[in-house]
Amino acid sequence: MSAWIKRVVQIVLLLSGVAFILYGLIRGEAGVVLSKATKICLECVGIG
Amino acid sequence: MDKKTNSLSSFISRFRVLIQAVATIVTNLHLPNFFKGEIHQGRTKMVCVPGLNCYSCPGAAGSCPIGAFQAVVGSSGFNFSYYISGILILFGVLLGRFICGFLCPFGWFQELLYKIPTKKLSTKRFEALRYLKYIILLVMVVALPVLVTNSLGMGDPWFCKYLCPQGILEGAIPLALVSDGIRSALGALFTWKAFLLGLVVLLSVVFYRSFCKWLCPLGAFYALFNKISLLEMNVNKGRCISCGKCVRACKMDVDVTKHPNHAECIRCGMCIKACPTDAVRFNYGFGKRRKSI
Repeated sequence: MSAWIKRVVQIVLLLSGVAFILYGLIRGEAGVVLSKATKICLECVGIG
Repeated sequence: MDKKTNSLSSFISRFRVLIQAVATIVTNLHLPNFFKGEIHQGRTKMVCVPGLNCYSCPGAAGSCPIGAFQAVVGSSGFNFSYYISGILILFGVLLGRFICGFLCPFGWFQELLYKIPTKKLSTKRFEALRYLKYIILLVMVVALPVLVTNSLGMGDPWFCKYLCPQGILEGAIPLALVSDGIRSALGALFTWKAFLLGLVVLLSVVFYRSFCKWLCPLGAFYALFNKISLLEMNVNKGRCISCGKCVRACKMDVDVTKHPNHAECIRCGMCIKACPTDAVRFNYGFGKRRKSI
């Protein structure tokens, strides 16, 4: 992969990452994560 | 022969154990919770930590990216998590598998087990097992929580529920030690996962980072970014004397002189420490502007 293509891919992915995070926040995904992570995950500890 | 210099790469590699310890403590900052038998419930849990660290660990300050992804796609409202994917893409592009080598608490745990003085075995003949972690990522993390749902449209976190040993190590064991309620509720699922944890522990004593190499879906995701990550390995061909010390030092079975950005390279820097001419270093930056550090 040439350095130029690599640089473009890096920038596109970084921008996509930020856009994904913002879109996920708008959709309310962070609330789902917070609600799951602040309670003991029964499946994780082997109760579910 | 060129003399060994004191590069930043060399410094970072030498103090890796310290960085791993600090990363594990920062990831699990709420230490008093270990004695209270409860987990942190603050808003920092909305953000993911870079490594595999169960959010049911009493000390956990943030969320496990793999657990958080399954929580979102397994909920009735969503089939895909842009939020977690975005966080993982940022981590992947900024650091790649450096996260595995320096910032993952479970990776460090396996390395400590590997220090137990016993006969060590090579994983080179099990190379095909490397691909298992990609299947686990696709099937147990991405597909099954979306496809297998209950009447409310909610899916199980298949990886966390049936495979992840970190939930037992960091969640079930410390919580059950101080909470009668948790201890009395543990059943067949706990027994199964405790067996898996025991197996991973035994494998980690004789094989270097067996879970990371063969099973970890988070490592699989970051591995996809190793070739385009801002942080990469660089071998200065002018300095390299082809002594092969870097290849022999690598416990991830990577030849850094031929494939410096191999998907299995966790940027642990063992090749940097082994190189007598300082030919191997970390590079950081965009395209041609990246700098050897």
